[in-house]
Amino acid sequence: MNFVDYYKILGIDKKASEQEVKKAYRKLARKYHPDLNPESKEAEVKFKEINEANEVLGNAENRKKYDKYGKDWQHGEEFEKAQQQQRHQQSSRGQQRHQQPGGGGSFSEDDFSDFFESMFGGARSSSQHGTRGFKGQDFNAELQLDLKDVYQSHQQVLTVNGNKIRLTIPAGIENDQVIKIKGKGAPGVNGGPNGDLYIKFTIQNKTSFKRDGKNLYADIDLDLYTALLGGEMEAETFDGKVKLKIAAETPNKTKVKLKGKGFPVYRKENQFGDLILTYHIQAPTNLSDKEKALFKELQKLR
Amino acid sequence: MEKQNLIEVKKLCVHYKIEYSFFEELDHKGLIQIETLQKNQYIHQDVVGDLERMIRIYRELNVNVEGIDVVFNLLQKELRMREEIKALKNKLRLYTHDF
Repeated sequence: MNFVDYYKILGIDKKASEQEVKKAYRKLARKYHPDLNPESKEAEVKFKEINEANEVLGNAENRKKYDKYGKDWQHGEEFEKAQQQQRHQQSSRGQQRHQQPGGGGSFSEDDFSDFFESMFGGARSSSQHGTRGFKGQDFNAELQLDLKDVYQSHQQVLTVNGNKIRLTIPAGIENDQVIKIKGKGAPGVNGGPNGDLYIKFTIQNKTSFKRDGKNLYADIDLDLYTALLGGEMEAETFDGKVKLKIAAETPNKTKVKLKGKGFPVYRKENQFGDLILTYHIQAPTNLSDKEKALFKELQKLR
Repeated sequence: MEKQNLIEVKKLCVHYKIEYSFFEELDHKGLIQIETLQKNQYIHQDVVGDLERMIRIYRELNVNVEGIDVVFNLLQKELRMREEIKALKNKLRLYTHDF
């Protein structure tokens, strides 16, 4: 457990007045408030830190205790225990009383550092944080899928907070796309609506195709002779092989578009993007003496 | 509008310990839409999440309703930009070898 420098967190001097503590806290709260920084884990952590700092430095009693023991908090804890023991002995014997600090508000005990817990006990809440939710809490989940998994719509059963949720994953879903499942979050309070479940999809691509939305891209090797003289060849698409006609004298890096051979269009049944193939002409290697001689002859003709 | 998807504003005032005038002000600024059915005021349950965010901004950051309007507009703009960045990042995968 490490010492937490609350003055440093609020960016104030140890001699800062009550007003200066409040001012520093408010300024940082406006900067890092989670409602103003959606999807920012860093802001969330920072906001918790500044709240904790405010719980300590914004409260005269807590600040006094913190200033007194500071870095020697472990020693302070022992001292406090000794004092408490003394108080217990002085009062009625046998009855142990555990003082739980006032809870509630939008911060739970989990929001406080171990350092805070050891010095001040459980969660405390300043009067400012008291918006009790009516709507249940939203849940966030992440689902990692392979590109092949999202080529077709399919059903999957997810377990979120112990509840099984049957989910239809639509074909063509994008990497990092977030889907909202209404009412599958935590239950509401006092008849309020349930929270929602947000699922973020991470699509891994282990195929040789590159994807840009509904279109797929791939490179294809083309032998020199077919490129020069024309012909036919087979090419791999996402759902099988196709035969391609190669025009004579096809230049290197020529692109061909195979209509409808791309990726499914999200939420549009039976609609597909295109597959764009780029030919990469392969020069023959390990030429025999005869081949070399023939190439030289060709060279002379140009 | 089906009543089952509506929540009575009176109930929300009690729950959040907030005056009705605050809801009225949000309605005037177009941040929420209050429906009146049989002389009772309701809001749609889908906006409760946004409403709670507005109350937090109002209470925890001392931002007034005009400020909340500005914040929400900027957040919308930020959301659109984040979506754009996401799309561009996905596009960028076209030009990288490892994906």
